[in-house]
This record gives sequence, structure tokens and C-alpha cells, in this order.
Amino acid sequence: MPTRRRAFLILSALSLLALASFALALSAGSLKVPLPDIVAALFGHGDGAADMVVQLRLPRALAGFACGGLLALAGALMQVLLRNPLADPYVLGISGGAGVGAMFGILIGLPLLAIDGLAFAGALGAMFLVFGLAHGDGSWTQTRLLLTGVIVAAGCGALIALMLSIADEGKLHGMLFWLMGDLGQTFTWWPAALALVVALACAMPFARELNLLSRGLMQAQALGVAVGRLRYTVYLLASVATAASVTTAGSIGFVGLVVPHLVRLATGNDQRLLLPATVLAGGSLLVLADTAARTVIAPMQLPVGVLTALIGVPVFLFLLSRQPK
Amino acid sequence: MSAPLLEARQLSVEIGGKTVVDCLNLSLQPGERLAILGRNGAGKSTLLSTLAGLRPPQAGAVLLDGEDCALLPPRQAALRRAWLGQFQNDPFGSTVLETALTGRHPHLGRWDWESTRDAELARGALKALGLAGMEARQVHTLSGGERQRLSIATLLTQAATLYLLDEPLSHLDLNHQMAVLELFAGTARDCGAAVVMVLHDPALAHRFCDRALLVYGDGRCAQGAVDDILTAATLSELYGHGLRQIEDRGQRCFIPE
Repeated sequence: MPTRRRAFLILSALSLLALASFALALSAGSLKVPLPDIVAALFGHGDGAADMVVQLRLPRALAGFACGGLLALAGALMQVLLRNPLADPYVLGISGGAGVGAMFGILIGLPLLAIDGLAFAGALGAMFLVFGLAHGDGSWTQTRLLLTGVIVAAGCGALIALMLSIADEGKLHGMLFWLMGDLGQTFTWWPAALALVVALACAMPFARELNLLSRGLMQAQALGVAVGRLRYTVYLLASVATAASVTTAGSIGFVGLVVPHLVRLATGNDQRLLLPATVLAGGSLLVLADTAARTVIAPMQLPVGVLTALIGVPVFLFLLSRQPK
Repeated sequence: MSAPLLEARQLSVEIGGKTVVDCLNLSLQPGERLAILGRNGAGKSTLLSTLAGLRPPQAGAVLLDGEDCALLPPRQAALRRAWLGQFQNDPFGSTVLETALTGRHPHLGRWDWESTRDAELARGALKALGLAGMEARQVHTLSGGERQRLSIATLLTQAATLYLLDEPLSHLDLNHQMAVLELFAGTARDCGAAVVMVLHDPALAHRFCDRALLVYGDGRCAQGAVDDILTAATLSELYGHGLRQIEDRGQRCFIPE
């Protein structure tokens, strides 16, 4: 039976994991900084080297945590909205729309801030397009929503491939890193962090209603959930969370699909616990993956999206094989 | 006199542009049990979900406790009526106890968690349906009949005064069919609940209900006390197949010709 006490214990443990991931992210790298120096620097008493590391590594770790949390939250919400365990934040074409905007920005040589702006506009454009088309006949069913999203995503994929094929060599590297997800290009961390706080704060009051929604629309309605309004809210929240993340760090794959499942396997499917736990786990996973991405073959940097999959797949398969029948 | 638990006024229901129920007037007092019978596709389930306020009627109104269902907030409606659907699917894992506890949702505030009292209610409901000891089982490991009984247990946990049951006996073996019907008969008798159930067996409808509503699927409906309306003649017309009626100790049995 779900209890507050159990939720508190699990969330405390995950908070410690998040702290540990930050400690690792701040200390690891070409310049190793001992933990006490970092703590001193965080409180403004550090020496020059530690200060610099904190100023360079902390924003990147914060951006990584925010993006990981946003993707995991958006994935958990999409899975409930579509009642489909295979749904992820990108299934409805939001990252495709952002990708089209970002690729176009890189192609015509815009500065970083303008690329982010175009990516965000593309994500919102895809969101409204899918919403409008799926809502067209008023039915707004899961299947229609899913099909519309998949088709819009496919269309965006074609546009992205077109732009990749006409781009000159010099720009291809940046474009590919954006598409695979990369925190090295992050302009600033706070919009993603703000989006994470707002999205989680907006989703939590509906957590128990989401439990019912995942069991079926009619069942949820019969048990007193205003299903129509809740589904619009969830769609909007998941879309904006995804848009904020892809704008900050490109389309990092895997986190949004697998972290909710990881947490579900470990803690059960109660959204009151699952939503905050998935945010902490997703954020920690991305911070760890990004730390690995910039250290394993330093000084070369890998796109973090590759690492999230490399870390997550074996962990997920391990948990799946342990699942009691 | 208090308002009836369920009232339908000039209710019309359509499926895909075809009116299957037209101008139905219906009223259910505490303790009453109503059976809905009709052919496949006659609109029984659609009528039932309309009575539950889960879909808007084509015309007319449904009143729960004297209040228009269309104006009632969903949570208020859920405190008054419980609805059992025909299909359950569980894309995500969940235990039997967690599933039964979902029935407490309308009773809990936004930030409340289920209390030990809620858990006791859920365990009691599971026990009443013969599911004691299975609280920790995953729902997808249950058989069809066990899953159906879990849905009914969830309904009891909801503790409403009006039960709308769509084929409550599906997947159930004979002893559980009788147990479920006895259970709702007891709930109606002892707790003053009203029960509407879509049934396929007119003999069980005759034995466990006070009134029956026959849905012909072309807009026509007929209702009356079971003794008057559940006869070989009306049922033969309803199902389009000749039936012979046998009486035994006050109970009726219908045998297809």
C-alpha cells in the first residue's frame, strides 16, 4: 500500500543520489578538484582554481540535471496520457519541431541564442500542430493523438534530413551533436531549471488523478476525475517540459523513455511518488552521463545522448530481469 | 419524500447517429434493483454510461439524487454513483490492493493519501469478493474472473448509493455469479442502495431484480415489475427467438425453443 513514509524515504535516497552526482560532476574532469575545495568555492571562500571549476562546471551540471528531470517527467506524463508504456517525450513530434528550428538556425549561421529561440518556437509549433490536428474532429482519442504525433515527427525528421544533406561540412558536426543531445552548447541553465520547478509543481496536485487516468478514461471519469481538462493539462505540461529541455540541450534520447520505467520497476506506479522520483533519477542520470561524456575520452567530448543510452540500457535490462513474475 | 437516487427524464440516447433509446422516463428509489435486457448492440451499455453521466445524452436529463448530472462536478457524481464498465485493461503494473484503493479517490482530498481506514475498507471489499490474501498480487496475473471480481471490489470500496453495473457476471463462474448477485441484493436491502445491472439471463434478472427495462434498440423501451414484464411472450419478441417459460418455487426459467 502506498504511504507517505515510504515515499519520503525513497525521495530522500534519490536526493542523496542527486547530490552525489553533483559532487562527481564538479570534481571530475581534466582538472581534479578535491571535494572540500569545491564546497568552499560554493560558499565563496574558494581559491582561484576551484572557483573557476565551479563557475564552469556548476552551470553545466545544473543544466544537465534540469534537462534530465524535465525529460523524465515529460516521459512519465506522456506514458500516462497515451496509456502506452512505449511513449516518450519525443513521440508526439516536439523534439522534431525543435530539431527543424535548430537545424535551420545552424544552417543559416545564427548565433547560439537565436538557435535556441528557433528550437523553442519549433517545439511549440509542433505542439500546436499536433494538438490542432488530433483535436480536429473533437474526439481527441489516444490513438488519434499518437498517430498525429508520429506523422508530424516523421515529417520533421524528413525536413531535418534535408537540411543535414545540404549543410556544408563545417556545420555538420554541430548539427549532429545537437540532434544527439549535447550539454556543451548550452547557453544558460536557469530557464530549464525554472521550467522543471514549474512543471513539477503543476503536475503534483493531479498525481492521484493521473493514477486513475492510467487505468482508463471512463474508469477515471467514473471515479470523479475531470478527464478532459486533466488531459489538456498533461499534454501542455509534458510538451512545455520537453520543449524546455530540447531547447537547452538538444534531443537527448532515452532518458524520457527509460527513467520512468526504471523508477516504476523499483517503486511501483503511484504517480505521487513516481513523478518526483523520476525527476530526481532522470536529473542524476543525466548529470552522471554528462560527466562521463566529457571525461572518458578527454579532451574529446562525446554527445551526452550516447552515454545516457549506454548507461541506462544495461541497468534497465537488469531491473527487468529481476522483476517478480 | 426524498428525491430518487436515479432519475431519467425524457432521455434519448444515440449511437453513431442512430437513436437507440427515445424519451425514456425512469426513476429508482433506495433499495430498488433494475435489470436492463436487450439484444447485442441494442444500446444497453451506452444507456448505462449515459445514466452514469459518463456521456452526454442526445436529449433529456439524468438526475442523481435530484441534481442534474451534467451540472454535477465529477467528484460529487462519483460520491453518488459507482459504474462498472465492461472492459478493463492495465497497461501499467499495479497490485490488487492498490487497484481496490482507487475506489476511495472521490472520498480523499487533493493532497490526502489513503489512510489505514481506507485500506481496511478495501481489504473488506476484497474479502467480500473472495479475493482475500491476494492483496499483493499484480493485476495482470489475475484470471478474467478474478479481474472482474476485483473491479467489483473497487466499486464497493467507492461506497456510493447507486450502482450501475454493465454485465457484472461476465467471466464469472456459477458460484461467483450467485455470490455477486446476492452481494448486491444485500447491499440494496441493508444499505438502501439502488442497483441497475445489464444482464443477459432473464431468469437471473427475474430472481434478483424488482423491475426490468427492455431495450429494443430502435428507440422503444418497456419497463415494469419483473413478474409482469419478464414473460415468454415479451422476451421472445425482445430477443427474436422463441422462449418457453417454466416456473419452479416462484422462480422463472426460460428455455429457448
